[in-house]
Amino acid sequence: MKGQLTRGAAAIVGVAESDLGEVGAGMSVVDLMGQGVAGALEDCGLALSEVDGVFAAAGQSRMPSLALCEYLGIRPRYHDSTMQGGSSFMTHVAHAQGAIEAGLCEVAVIAYGSTQRSAGRKNVAPREFNPYETPFKPVLQASAYALAASRHFHEFGTTREQLAEIAVAARQWALRNPKAWEKEPLTVQAVLGSRMVSHPLTIRDCCLVTDGGGALVMTSAERARSLRKPPAFVLGTGEGISHLTISNMPDLTVTAARASGAQAYAMAGLKPQEIDVVEVYDAFTITTLLFLEDLGFCPKGEGGRFVQGGAIAPGGRLPVNTNGGGLSYCHPGMYGVFVLMEAVRQLRGECGARQVPGCETAIAHGNGGALSAQSTVILGSAATV
Amino acid sequence: MTASESPLAQYEAFLMRGELAYQVDAQGRPVFFPRVLAPSGREGPLAWRVSSGLGTVYATTYVTPRGEPAYNVALIDMDEGYRLMSRVESVPADQVRIGMRVKARVRPAEGDDSPYPVFDLLEAAR
Repeated sequence: MKGQLTRGAAAIVGVAESDLGEVGAGMSVVDLMGQGVAGALEDCGLALSEVDGVFAAAGQSRMPSLALCEYLGIRPRYHDSTMQGGSSFMTHVAHAQGAIEAGLCEVAVIAYGSTQRSAGRKNVAPREFNPYETPFKPVLQASAYALAASRHFHEFGTTREQLAEIAVAARQWALRNPKAWEKEPLTVQAVLGSRMVSHPLTIRDCCLVTDGGGALVMTSAERARSLRKPPAFVLGTGEGISHLTISNMPDLTVTAARASGAQAYAMAGLKPQEIDVVEVYDAFTITTLLFLEDLGFCPKGEGGRFVQGGAIAPGGRLPVNTNGGGLSYCHPGMYGVFVLMEAVRQLRGECGARQVPGCETAIAHGNGGALSAQSTVILGSAATV
Repeated sequence: MTASESPLAQYEAFLMRGELAYQVDAQGRPVFFPRVLAPSGREGPLAWRVSSGLGTVYATTYVTPRGEPAYNVALIDMDEGYRLMSRVESVPADQVRIGMRVKARVRPAEGDDSPYPVFDLLEAAR
């Protein structure tokens, strides 16, 4: 390992959600992380005493890796609280692999927890005051993504109906996921007729507001092969950042997922056409569309036409966000960890009614901030290593 | 040791005089938001310029709070080559369109709120 990570050198071996939706009164962020860690260790058969690397991020915790280590009563050799919003966990995967390859740790947990729904969003996420944006009262992050959508509509003729198709597809997948928050069918007309949050995005173009958390366990490829479940090998990772605030995003129709995706594909030695299942952070319907373009599943500007006619819904041409996504499954605020979980489960073939047949490769793409921090992980089954 | 005057304080001092200001680098290239050093790709030192206030709507949305009137949020590409967030006020929030030519006007300080620039449609330039 010099200058880059090694394809297939580490794997995600355990995954678990905490309680989701609306958690019990008094449950804390670290309680939810703890549930996730317990479940993910059980999933792979490793013990807490073997964990020597801890990675955590949470909007409600200033020092989440410390909070989690204290809670677990462990003093790991390596810990990392990298915080870049919803893509933190994809970056944790890359950092954990680096640490594992360098011998700095061998068994890493990556954890997240949020009680934003039960605690009330105003109590949990005070926004930083920005004198160049806050006076104009954008509803962040919805207005940032709405501005990006306005630009995509203007340049490429994308329509609200096309965005609505993304929400409808997510809902159809969610109806096949017993853990999904949303249980009722959704139509394009219902999306269009919902309360407008920040034009052109209605409440149904926006991710859910739920509680929830979870954890992943990672270890070396060698160790991974002897564990309980089939490993999801890390074939590629990539990072791209372009700005923090939407007013500083150079081109609102092009995200740094182009860069992060290109790095991940290069490391994995794969092309978009060789990816079996696509899991992308769908904070808003426009987010899915931008990532389908920037990760190479369709040309720039074609995202709206690409998703039409149920193309990314069950039975469509490309399976996207098979758990129902942040739009319909759960969205506790920093959703990236769930994107990774679903990619792992698809590769294992344990997704039941929503399983994509013959799934050997998966892309898990995270998004943080206002389309700001892009982080891509490509995972593969043992057959791909 | 003397405390430096913050970039924000200097920006707001221009606004207090009714002027929208931005920074330029050693070669006259624009920098916005105001900062203490030239970012990568620009050359220090930074100097202040007063903007013509003329710009074009780059992206636009409007927010409809429950029980309150809708308001616009827009990104404006200024003629001098920098971009800022603001709102267009002289047309209904849902009538603001990308490509509209607009001109800045300073909304004076009010209570605890500092002054900030808002925009009106530039009828003459259409």
